[in-house]
Amino acid sequence: MKPFQYIRPTRLKDAIEAVASNPNARYIAGGTNLIDLMKRGIVSPEKLVDINGLPLKKIEKKTGFLRIGALALNSEVAQHRLVLENHPLLAQALNAGASGQLRNMATVGGNILQRTRCPYFYDPVFPCNKRKPGTGCGALEGINRTHAIFGLSENDPAQSCIAVHPSDFCVALSALDATVLVVGTKGERRIAFGDFHRLPGNSPDLDANLEKDELILAVEIPDAVFTKHVHYLKIRDRASYAFALVSVAAALDLENNRIKAARLALGGVAHKPWRLFEAEKALVGQPVSETTFQKAAELAMPSAKAFAHNAYKLKLVPNAIVQALKSAAALV
Amino acid sequence: MDEFPDGVSRPGDDHQEDRRFFLKQSLAIAGLTFAPVSFLQAAELDTPIDPADKVKIALTINGTQRRLSIDPRSTLLDLLREQLGLTGTKKGCDFGQCGACTVHIDGQRTLSCLSFAVMQQGRKITTVEGLSNGTQLHPLQEAFIKHDGFQCGYCTPGQLMSAVSCIREGHASSEAEIQEYMSGNLCRCGAYPNIVKAILDVKTGGDPV
Ligand SMILES: Cc1cc2nc3c(=O)[nH]c(=O)nc-3n(C[C@H](O)[C@H](O)[C@H](O)COP(=O)(O)OP(=O)(O)OC[C@H]3O[C@@H](n4cnc5c(N)ncnc54)[C@H](O)[C@@H]3O)c2cc1C
Ligand code: FES
Ligand code: FES
Repeated sequence: MKPFQYIRPTRLKDAIEAVASNPNARYIAGGTNLIDLMKRGIVSPEKLVDINGLPLKKIEKKTGFLRIGALALNSEVAQHRLVLENHPLLAQALNAGASGQLRNMATVGGNILQRTRCPYFYDPVFPCNKRKPGTGCGALEGINRTHAIFGLSENDPAQSCIAVHPSDFCVALSALDATVLVVGTKGERRIAFGDFHRLPGNSPDLDANLEKDELILAVEIPDAVFTKHVHYLKIRDRASYAFALVSVAAALDLENNRIKAARLALGGVAHKPWRLFEAEKALVGQPVSETTFQKAAELAMPSAKAFAHNAYKLKLVPNAIVQALKSAAALV
Repeated sequence: MDEFPDGVSRPGDDHQEDRRFFLKQSLAIAGLTFAPVSFLQAAELDTPIDPADKVKIALTINGTQRRLSIDPRSTLLDLLREQLGLTGTKKGCDFGQCGACTVHIDGQRTLSCLSFAVMQQGRKITTVEGLSNGTQLHPLQEAFIKHDGFQCGYCTPGQLMSAVSCIREGHASSEAEIQEYMSGNLCRCGAYPNIVKAILDVKTGGDPV
């Protein structure tokens, strides 16, 4: 590992200035992704700005939304009363991720900004446009079993990236229309969750629409009716402690066995959490039934495109959507 | 000041006797090491350090206050094993994927291979060496023996530290729940069913962990 300078500021301003003033400086929170990448030489910061001295741990109810501080741990969020009462989908998604140990270390901000788990990104021997723009994509002609089927670049795919965003938490945040509150040298701003992560396009090295010096302060989740009929379904190679092949965050608001409102988002299928607006629309007003769910699931698929090893996702995704909706609606 | 002079050749794992002697000696050296003139408090770490410099930190390991001089690149796992001779904590994958390096930081189970030691200023670390009460084994250690919760034993320190947390966190009420909340600890020997039995036994026995 390359040597680095380590600082632990206690004032927000100092942390931001430290990163703004050095192109090779990085924030570090739980370290569970960054240290991994540093050990492999994929990221080599000159300066590490430890943000754990900043007061960003609070989980609080505000008028109209729940605010979760960027340094709240994944385990703390998953068991927090306000989260369980207002947004149980978030707790389900968090508990489906990583392990007890990792959830005790991983923070909200770090989870949102974790890098892909594409094996070609992690292995410097292979070309990777995300790691080194312009070198090509190792997964395109390689083993692409875990890769994307949605949101692929329409330009030259060799200039792009077919990796997926690995977070479970983010799939639930996307379904719940969260907002990310950030601050940088130019001040504070709020970013709608759907605009936060990027599609790969021709600059897959960038995961998020965030300036380098910008620090995530919190995520805010608007009050919603999705407190009861929610389900996070995660399908993976083993029963636990594995990233999603496909995951579905489903939330329903039901009245007299009819759907008043619905939210659906997928994980493991695109460069960012994949929201299914059309399918959501198709669910509204419909009776709770397997047929309703199947129709909605079909609407998710037309834009999908598979590669040599991930065609199974074309079948798995609609099945998983139906299953998640059935579980959310307690339809057995 | 380094805890150990560099260049000490570390005997291989197959030389048990040498290793024990080495450990005793090293721990003695560590215990005698003088505290360098000034130790940085958390706030003082704001002062940038030269990348080549060592950083001084103070932390508590198994109840003992330690003042150490460390390379900022050192993980907590390497600090424990290489610098302090606490080799109970194991390095399996070194990338967060196996749980062999599980220790408690301020009472919470974490992975020491994905933690920089320099970030642990002021914290309380408990390793498997700190689990027993002198020669009296921890109830989970007893239960692992009783239920044959290991074969080669490599994953065991991590399993034990995780198992303590699993019960303390309130996630040990059934076999299924234990399986889920212990999933961060892999066992190459496949001792899983007996590990689950050991944890359930301690949980239902009600012994404080
Ligand atoms: C073996 C393993 C299995 C895993 N399984 C899963 C899984 O199943 N599901 C899942 O969702 N995740 C999983 N994870 C990933 C884990 O959730 C992430 O590593 C974790 O959430 C990252 O959080 P952190 O605080 O440790 O981030 P760090 O490693 O500290 O930081 C990650 C990135 O975010 C930046 N950053 C951190 N905080 C901020 C902030 N406030 N503002 C701006 N930038 C910031 C850092 O600069 C860095 O670039 C797994 C990880 C491992 C190692
Ligand atoms: S050595 Fe830390 S998880 Fe494997
Ligand atoms: S006992 Fe051998 S790895 Fe678990």
